[in-house]
Amino acid sequence: MSERLRLATVWLGGCSGCHMSFLDMDEFLFDLADRADLVYSPIMDVKEFPEGVDLTLVEGAVANRDNLELARDLRAKSARVVSFGDCAVSGNVTAMRNPLGDPLAILERVYVDAVDRDGGIPDVAPIVPGLLAQVLPLHNVIDVDVYLPGCPPPADRIRSAVTALLEGALPRDRGEDIRFG
Amino acid sequence: MATPIDLHEVAIRELETRSRYPWRIKACASTACQSAGAGPAYSAMEREISNSGQTQTVQLVPTGCMGLCSRGPLVRVLERGGDETMYQHVDAEIGSDIVKSHTGQRIPIQSNVLDHHGPFFAEQRRVVLANAGIIDPDRLESAVAHGAYLALEKAITTMTPDQVVEEVRASGLRGRGGAGYPTGTKWSLLAGAAGDQKYVIANGDEGDPGAYMDRTVMEDDPHRVIEGLAIAAYATGANRGYIYVRAEYPKAVERLDRAIRSARRNRLLGRRILETDFTFEIEVRIGAGAFVCGEETALMASIEGKRGMPKLRPPYPTERGLFGNPSMINNVETLANIPAIIDRGSEWFRSIGTEGSPGTKVFALAGKLENTGLIEVPMGISLRTIIDDMGGGVPSGGAFKAAQTGGPSGGCIPEQFLDTPVDYASLSELGSIMGSGGLIVMDDTVSMPEVARFFMEFCMDESCGKCVPCRAGTVQIHGLLDKICTGRGTAGDLALLEELCVVVRETSLCGLGQSAPNPVVSTLHYFRPEYEELLVDREAVDA
Amino acid sequence: MRERRKTIEFVVDDTEVDAYEGESVLQAARRHGFTIPALCYVEGLSVWGACRLCVVELAEQHQLRPACAVTVEEDMEVITDSEAIRRHRRTVLELLFAEGNHVCAVCVSNGACELQDAAVAVGMDHVRFDYQAPVRTIDASHPKYVSDPNRCILCTRCVRVCDEIEGAHVWDIAGRGRGARLVAEMGKPWGEAMSCTWCGKCVATCPTGALFYQGRAVGEMRHEPDMVARLVAARRDHQWIAPGAHDE
Repeated sequence: MSERLRLATVWLGGCSGCHMSFLDMDEFLFDLADRADLVYSPIMDVKEFPEGVDLTLVEGAVANRDNLELARDLRAKSARVVSFGDCAVSGNVTAMRNPLGDPLAILERVYVDAVDRDGGIPDVAPIVPGLLAQVLPLHNVIDVDVYLPGCPPPADRIRSAVTALLEGALPRDRGEDIRFG
Repeated sequence: MATPIDLHEVAIRELETRSRYPWRIKACASTACQSAGAGPAYSAMEREISNSGQTQTVQLVPTGCMGLCSRGPLVRVLERGGDETMYQHVDAEIGSDIVKSHTGQRIPIQSNVLDHHGPFFAEQRRVVLANAGIIDPDRLESAVAHGAYLALEKAITTMTPDQVVEEVRASGLRGRGGAGYPTGTKWSLLAGAAGDQKYVIANGDEGDPGAYMDRTVMEDDPHRVIEGLAIAAYATGANRGYIYVRAEYPKAVERLDRAIRSARRNRLLGRRILETDFTFEIEVRIGAGAFVCGEETALMASIEGKRGMPKLRPPYPTERGLFGNPSMINNVETLANIPAIIDRGSEWFRSIGTEGSPGTKVFALAGKLENTGLIEVPMGISLRTIIDDMGGGVPSGGAFKAAQTGGPSGGCIPEQFLDTPVDYASLSELGSIMGSGGLIVMDDTVSMPEVARFFMEFCMDESCGKCVPCRAGTVQIHGLLDKICTGRGTAGDLALLEELCVVVRETSLCGLGQSAPNPVVSTLHYFRPEYEELLVDREAVDA
Repeated sequence: MRERRKTIEFVVDDTEVDAYEGESVLQAARRHGFTIPALCYVEGLSVWGACRLCVVELAEQHQLRPACAVTVEEDMEVITDSEAIRRHRRTVLELLFAEGNHVCAVCVSNGACELQDAAVAVGMDHVRFDYQAPVRTIDASHPKYVSDPNRCILCTRCVRVCDEIEGAHVWDIAGRGRGARLVAEMGKPWGEAMSCTWCGKCVATCPTGALFYQGRAVGEMRHEPDMVARLVAARRDHQWIAPGAHDE
C-alpha cells in the first residue's frame, strides 16, 4: 500500500482527551505523516468535511444537532469510521445527563438550579446547536466499523488499531485493547 | 369428632328437596355475569318469586359459569320432567318477566331465549366443568348431589395409593397448566420420594391475560379441586396441601375457604377422613398477583412467605420443595380431572381426546368472535371448529387473521393452520403452546408487531428481576418492538431483535423468560412482512 | 482433608479432568485453569444462578446451562467456549451495561471491576442495545460505605454474604423486573440500618463499584471477593491465620 491515506479526526460531544491521547503517540505521528494526509481535524482549520476520506476517527458522543449532522456527513464521505474513545462508543460522561431528563430539564438544572445568581436559561438559538433529547453513542446514528473504547484510549492502543487499519485490516483479537474506562 | 358424612344419604336428601319444586331457575352468579349485572337480576327474580307467591313452586339457585359469557347474564329455567330454557342478557326487568311469565304462566320470554343446543354448547364435553352452572358452589350438599367426593371415597376405601397413581398414569392425563408434563409421572415421583412430610399444592395462580379457566373451576366447583387435591395427597403420601390462589380472585378464595370448612365439618378433610387412616389438611394461600408465581419454585417461595422468585432446578420440587420437603404442584384444572378419572376409570378418560393428549381442555375463548366465553372441548378438536362453529366466527365485516394460544408464553396461529387438531404436540409444532387455555382470536385490523409488543410488555412487567436475560432482555425486546411499531425501527433493529429473542429463550432461568420471546418469534415466523413494512432507514429516524 | 474427597472424571473442552464429588462444573473447570466468566457466583456463598454469564454447553444435551448450577457427573462432556456461548455471554453483558449507568471513566472501581473485566474477556467492545439511563439515587448515608445503585447489577452477592456469612441480613432485593433494586433493612437508608454491623463483607464482595468505601475516588476501590472462601475455609478448618503469614 504505497498510496497516501486520507485520514480525518472528528470531535463531537467529548472532552478532547482522546485527541490528546492521539497526540501522545509521539514519534509514531511522524510515521503516520509518512503514510497519511490529515484532511480534517479539530486541530486544523478546515470547515467542510471533505469527500473521499479513507479513515475517520470520531471522538465524542452525539449530543446535539451539529453532532448528528456531522456524523451523518462524515459517514457518507468516509470508507471506514472508528468510534474513538468511550464517549463515541458508549456515550460515557457526555451521556451522564441522560437520566436527568429532556434538554429543558438539563438546562434548568445547569442554569437555574445549580447557580447562585439566577440569570435564566440563555436564549442562544440558533447560534448554539440544539441539544438532542438523549446523548447517543455514535453507532446509534451511523454505522461504525471499528470500536476503540477507553477514556481515553491509551496511545499504544490507538497506534495498534491505526496500524492495522493503515494496512487495510480490521483490528482483531484485541484483548485488553477494548477495555472501557 | 363429628360423624363423617354419608354421601349417598346427603345426595338423596338433596334430590328430594329439589324434586319438590316444579320449577327451578338457575342463575349464573359467576364473575363474568356478575360484571354484566347478574346481581340485580337475581334480586329481581327473588323479589318477583315472593311477590307473585311462587316460593313453593320455584327454586332459585345461584350457580357458576354456564360458558357463553358474552351473552350474560345467563339464566336457565328448568321445568320438572320437562324442558330446559336458557336465557341471555337477563337484566332485572327480564328477570322478573321470566318469573311472571315463564314460571308463572308458562309463556317464555322469546326475545331473550338462547338456543342451548347450538354448536357453542353441543361441541363441548364437560368433565372439569361438569358441575359449573349446575350446582350452587356454596353448598356442599349441592356438589354431593352431583357426585362430589365419591371418587375420594372410592380411592381411600377401595384402592391403594399405588393403584391410584397407576390409574392416573394410565389415564394419560397431562398437566393443564401449560407444559403438559404427564401427571401420573409427577405423582409417582412424589410417591417415591423419601420423607415423612410431603406437600401437594394446587396452582391457581392463573396469570395469563384474558384467561379464567382455573378461576371458574375454583369459584364454581371448589369441592372438585379439594377432592382432586385430597386424592393426590392420598396417592403420594402427603398430609398437607395448599391451594395457591392469586389475590385478584377474591371470590375463589372465599368459596374455597367455605368449601374447605364444610368439607372439614363433614370429615372429608382433616383427621381420619371418612373414618379411614387418611389424614389431610388444606390451606388456601393468597398470592400477590405476580405472574412469575405460577412458576413452581417461585410459587413455593411465595407460600413460604418469601419473595416470589424462581430457584434453580434441580433439585426438583419432588425431591426438595416446599419448606425443603418433597412437594408436588398440579394445576387446578389438572386436579379437577382427577375425581372423574378415579370415578370412571382411566379407560373412560382415554376415550375422550387423542392418543397423546387424552381428555378435555378448558379454553377461555376471547377476542373478535360472535361468541366468547368459557368452553371445555375434547382434545383433538380443530381450531376451526372452536373458532367458526362454537365461536360463531369473526363478526361480520371482519376477517380472521390469527388465533393466539398460550397467552404471553404462546404464539399466533394463522388461517392456514386452523384445521390443526388442538393437542400438545400439534400446537407446539406450530410454534405455539397449549398453555393454560387462553385462546384469543384476532381479525385483520390487528397489527401483529403490536400484538407482540403487548405480550412483551406484559412479560417485561412481570419479570421477577432475578436473571439478567429476562430482566433486562425483555426490556430491550420491548424497546425494539416499540421502535418498529412506531416507525423508528431499522433492519438492524429487526436483526438484533431476532438475535436477542434466541438469547433470552436459551439463557433465562425459568419458564417465564424462556418462553417470553414466543409471541415475537411466532408472529415473525408467520407475519414477517408486517414487520418489514414498518422498517425505515436510519437516516429517517430523527434522533 | 480435601485430597481424601472422592474424585470423578469428566471432560472439559476435550480435556479429561477430575472433579470432587458434588463440585459444580464452574468450580472444577476453574480449578483446572479454564476461564469461565461469572458475576453472581462467589466461592463460599450459595449458588444464585442469575447472571447467566457462566453458561456452558453440555454436549449430550445440546443445551446451555449455567456452569455454577450444574453438578459434575461422571463422563460429562462440557464445552466452555464456542461461537454460540460467546455470543450469549456477550449479549448478557451488553444487557447489563445498557441496564444501569455504568460509566467506567468516573467509577471508583475503574480498573478493578469484574463487570469491566468480563467485557474484556468476552470481547464486548460496544453495546448494541439502547442505554436505559435509569434514575437511581445514591445512598451515602452510611458513615463508612456508599451504595451507588447506578452500578448495581443485582448479583445479590452482598445479600448472600450478609445473610450467610455475617448473619445480619441487612440487604435484600425489592421491586421486580427492571424496578428490582437493592434495599437495606426493608428500604431504609443504609446509615439507619441498625442490623448493619459495619463488617464490610458486602463491599468486599461487590463485583462493581456499586458498594464502596466513603472517600474513594475514581479507580481507587479494590474489592476482595476471595475473602468469602477464606472465611468459609477458616471456619471449617479452624485455620484463622493464613499459612505463611508468620514468616514476615
